[in-house]
Amino acid sequence: MSRIRLETISKTFGEELALSKVSLDIQDNEFFVLLGPTGAGKTTTLRVIAGLEKQDAGHVYFDESLVDSIPPADRDTAFVFQQYSLYPNMTVYENLAFPLKSPLRNFDAADIDRRIKDAAEKLRITHLLERKTARLSGGEMQRVSIGRAIVRKPRVFLMDEPLSNLDAKLRESLRVELKHLQKTQEVTTLFVTHDQIEALTMADRLAVLNNGKIIQIGSPDDIYDRPASTFVAQLVGTPRINLFETEFAGGKLHSLKNALEFDATGLEPASKTLVGIRPEDISISAQGTFHAKVVLKEPLGVETIVHLQTEDNKLLAIVPGISHHQIGETVKFEVNSDRLHFFTTEGERIEAKGVAA
Amino acid sequence: MATIELKQVEKRFGEAYAVKPMDMTINNGDFVVLLGPSGCGKTTTLRMISGLESVSSGIINFNDKDVTWLHPSERDIAFVFQFFALYSHMTCRENIAFPLRASGEEGAEIDRKVKRVAEMLRIEHLLKSRPGGLSGGDQQRVALARALVRKPAAFLMDEPLGALDAEFRETMRAEIKRLHLEQNATTVYVTHDQIEAMAMGDKIVVMSAAEIQQAGTPLEVYYDPANLFVARFIGSPGMNLVEGSYSEGKIKLGDANIYCVPQDWRASLDTTIGTGEVVVGFRPEAVQFSAQGQLGSSVYANDLHGSYSMLHLELIKDNIVNARADRRDRHQMGDSIKFDIDPEQVRFFDPKTEKALQKVAL
Amino acid sequence: MALRSPSAPKQDVVISTRVDKVGLRPALLRNFRAGLAVVAALIMLLPAVWMSMTAFKSRPDAVSVPPKVFFTPTLEGFVSLLTDRRQLSNTELEDYKQRTDLNWMDKLALKRGQAIIGWSEFPKHLRNSIIISVTSTFLSIFFGVLAAYAFSRFKIPGESDLLFFILSTRMLPPVVVTIPIFLMYRALGLFDTHIGLILLYTAFNLSFAVWLMKGFIDEIPKEYEEAALVDGYTRLQAFRKIVLPQAITGIAATTVFSFIFAWNEYAFALMLTSSAARTAPPSLPSRIGTGGVEWAAIAAGSLLFLIPAIILTFALRKHLLRGVTFGAIRKG
Repeated sequence: MSRIRLETISKTFGEELALSKVSLDIQDNEFFVLLGPTGAGKTTTLRVIAGLEKQDAGHVYFDESLVDSIPPADRDTAFVFQQYSLYPNMTVYENLAFPLKSPLRNFDAADIDRRIKDAAEKLRITHLLERKTARLSGGEMQRVSIGRAIVRKPRVFLMDEPLSNLDAKLRESLRVELKHLQKTQEVTTLFVTHDQIEALTMADRLAVLNNGKIIQIGSPDDIYDRPASTFVAQLVGTPRINLFETEFAGGKLHSLKNALEFDATGLEPASKTLVGIRPEDISISAQGTFHAKVVLKEPLGVETIVHLQTEDNKLLAIVPGISHHQIGETVKFEVNSDRLHFFTTEGERIEAKGVAA
Repeated sequence: MATIELKQVEKRFGEAYAVKPMDMTINNGDFVVLLGPSGCGKTTTLRMISGLESVSSGIINFNDKDVTWLHPSERDIAFVFQFFALYSHMTCRENIAFPLRASGEEGAEIDRKVKRVAEMLRIEHLLKSRPGGLSGGDQQRVALARALVRKPAAFLMDEPLGALDAEFRETMRAEIKRLHLEQNATTVYVTHDQIEAMAMGDKIVVMSAAEIQQAGTPLEVYYDPANLFVARFIGSPGMNLVEGSYSEGKIKLGDANIYCVPQDWRASLDTTIGTGEVVVGFRPEAVQFSAQGQLGSSVYANDLHGSYSMLHLELIKDNIVNARADRRDRHQMGDSIKFDIDPEQVRFFDPKTEKALQKVAL
Repeated sequence: MALRSPSAPKQDVVISTRVDKVGLRPALLRNFRAGLAVVAALIMLLPAVWMSMTAFKSRPDAVSVPPKVFFTPTLEGFVSLLTDRRQLSNTELEDYKQRTDLNWMDKLALKRGQAIIGWSEFPKHLRNSIIISVTSTFLSIFFGVLAAYAFSRFKIPGESDLLFFILSTRMLPPVVVTIPIFLMYRALGLFDTHIGLILLYTAFNLSFAVWLMKGFIDEIPKEYEEAALVDGYTRLQAFRKIVLPQAITGIAATTVFSFIFAWNEYAFALMLTSSAARTAPPSLPSRIGTGGVEWAAIAAGSLLFLIPAIILTFALRKHLLRGVTFGAIRKG
C-alpha cells in the first residue's frame, strides 16, 4: 500500500506530446480514476507509473522514494490490462501463481497455494482454477486478471480500462464488485477509463485528462457539480449537459432569441456567456416560466429523455418514469436556478459569487 | 413500405439452432428492435429478412408476397451495417447515389434525391469528401443517407451505432428516431444495447438462446417482463431478483427478512406457488427507504451516477440488490438500512419455469 | 436455481456470418464440395502411390507395360539401393546356393545372381541429410526467433532497411551464386564438409525465418510480456515463459518450411559435396546410368527420403494448420 506521487511528468512519442507536466498525488488506499477521451494520456500515465514507459521529464515517487530508475519488475505494482493479460498457455491456477513464482519474490509452495485459494474465493473463481484461460468468458477472464493482481498484495493496482471489453450487464456487476473489493482490500488503485459512469461510480477522486494535460482533479461530486470547463461538463453526465450561448443585458442573461432568461446576480458576466443546464435540472410543469415544443421522447423505463425545442435552442430534459407529453405539444418548463453552470466563451468556468454552490 | 411477416422461420447449422422456429409480424411503419445478447440469433434473423442468409425452413412475406427465396436485391430493402460498409474509392455523393444508379435512374433525378437526403441528414458539406477521412458518426450518417435515398420497402439496420463512441451514439440515436418519425418507414433494428432499444423502438423483440423471449412495447418489457431473462436484461441495472420461500402471504428471504406480499398478488401466489420457492422482482427505483421498512440490508457499495446515486445493498449473502437513491443520501459501506418495495412495482416469478406470474382478480 | 447478480447469458448457439448462395441448398453444396476435394486429393496422391508401389516391385514388374497394379511385393529394390554387390560366376552361384548362413538380403541378391559385398553410400548420404537439415533448421529457428522478437518488440534504427536487406539475400536465384560460393568454400576448406552445408542452409533459411517469425510474434500482444514484467520477471524470462509457448505455432510452421528447404536442396549439395558430406538429393539421381535404370531402387530411395519429411510434418500438423493461415485469423 503506497502513496503515489507524480511530479511534472512529460512524455513525447516522436513529435506527439503524450503527457505535459502531469502532477498527481494519490493517497494511500485511494481509488483514483483517470478519465478522458482516447489519446488523452491516461494509459501513458499508468505505464509511466508501472515503469513500462520512461518519462522524458519529471519524477515518480512511491511513498517517499524516487522510483524513476527502478525497472518494472522491482516496482511491485500490479497491472490489469484491457485485454490479453492472461497467459493463454497456462491454466487459471498457473496464471494466478505466475507472479508469485517470480524469482524476485520467493514464496514457498504452500504460501502460494494459500494465497491463490484465498483470492479465488474472494473473486468467486474457485471452480475455474483448473480451466485453461482460453476457455473462459470475458467476465471470467477479467476476474482472473484481477485475481492475479490481488494475490501478491502489491503497492498499487494499475488498471487500464479493465471493464471496457465486457458487455453492459457484466460491467455493471463487476464495477460494484471491484469497488467493494478495493475498499475491503485497502489497496491504492489507479483506474483508467473513458467511461464517465465508471469514473463517477467508482472513484474516491478522479482526474480528467485531455490532450496530455490534467483539466480537473476532484471528487465525483466536485466534477459533476462544479466542472472546471465545458469540456468536463460535457464529458460527465448522460444525457449530456445542455450548453448554449447567452447575452448579458439589463442584469440578466438572455438566450439568443430571448426564449430563456436567467438571473445573473453575483456574476460578473462578459457580454457573452455560456450557460449549462443538466437535463435533470429542467422540470416540465404547468407552472413553468419557459415554454418549448416536445420534438422527441426516449422512454428508458425509469425515466424518459424529452427533447425540447425552444425558439432558439434544443434542450434535453429528464422526466422521471413515463412522460405523457405528446410529440409536437408545447409544454412549460422550469429550470433549477441553483444548479446553473456558467462558462466563458473559451469554456472556462465562472464561479458565481455569493451564490451557494 | 411493407408489412413483414415471418412464419415458422428457422435457421439451423447441423443440429444447432441459430434461430428456432419463430413467428413475427412487423407492421407497416413500425420501428421494431430486435434486442438480445451476442449470439442470441437477432442478427441471423435480420439477415434472413434481408436475404443475405437463407432460411432453413419457414416463409418470409413482404406485403403478403412470399420472398423467402428471393435474392436480397429483389426484396427492395436497405441494409445499414455496423461498420458502415461505405465504398472507400467513391466520394460520399457517389456512395449515396450508388443504389440509385443500380436501379438506372436519371442523372438529374439522382442529384435531386441525393441533395434532399443530404439536407435531411445535414451532410451537404461532406458530399465531395471520401468516407475514409470522416469520423465514425459522419460515416454512419452517409451510410444512412445511402439507405434512405431510395425509399425502400424496409430499412434493416444491424447495430448501426455499435461502432460509434458514446457521445455520437446518443446524438445518432435521437437522429435516427427523428428520421423515423418523419419518414415512417418500416424499420427493423438490431442491437444488444437495451437503452438503445428502449429509447428508439415502437416495439421490442427480446431474443435469447435463438428464441423470442418477449415482444412488446418498451414500457411493457420494462414494467412487465415475461420471464427472468427479460427482467434481468432490460434496465440498467436490471431488475433486482431475490429468491425466497412463499407461504400464506409471506416470503422468507434469507435468514433475516420476511416480505409481506401485497394483497392483490396473494391469490396469484396461492394458486401458482402454493407453498414453495418464488422470485421477487423489483426495479431499483421501486425501493422506498424508510426507518420502518420491512426489509433490512447492509450497504455493499454506494456510488454516484450523476443525477442520482445507486445503493448496492446486501439483502441476502452474495445477493446484491440495487436501489436508486437521492444523490444527497450518502451511506458508508456496511451501514444497515431498511426499505420497502413499492407495491405497484413488485413482480413475482416462478423459479422453476422462470416465467412471470400474472396478477389474478380476487 | 441460484439467483446471483446478473450473469453472462448462455451462449450455446453458434451463429455463422457466412452468406449462403440463395437457392442452392446447403446439403447439396456440401456434397459437391466434398466430391471435388476427393478428386483433387486423388490427383495429388497418384505420383506418391505410384512411387510407393514401384519401390516394392521386382525389376521386371517395375518396367512392365502396361503397368502392373497387382504384383507380388518384394524388397529387391531396397536391397539394391542400400548395398553394393558383385556378379557371381556360375560356379560361385552354385556354391552360394548351398550356403545356410545367408540372411534375407543375401537371398534377394542371390536371385539376381549377385552377392552383397557391403553397404552402399546411400545410408551415409541419408544420414548426412538428416544431420545437415536438422542442425541448420535448429540454427535458423534459434537465431530467427531471437532476431524476429527484437524486430517486433524494440525500436531498431533503420529497422525497415535491415529487414529488407535480410530479405534481399533471397532475391538472387541460388544458382547464380553457386560458383563464387564453390570457390570460397574450397579456399576455406569447407568443401564437402557438414559444417559447410549447414552454414549455407542456415544463411538461406534465416532470412525466411526472421520474416515469418516476425509476423507471428507481431500477432502476440505485447501486453502479455508487460504483464510478466510487472509481475516481477525479466525480459528474457518473459520471453522464455510467455512468448515462446505462444509462438509455438509459428515456430512449427517455420521449422517445417526450413527443414523441407534444407532437406530438398539439390544444386548446392551437388556442387559443394563429393562424398563425405553428400546428401541424399544429389545421391539418388547418381544411380541412374550405371547399367540401366533401376527404377525399383530409385523409387525405394525416394520413399526412404520422403519418410523424415512426412514424419515431421505429421508431428507438427496440429500447429501447422493454424500456422499457415496465421494472417487470416485474427485473435479476439
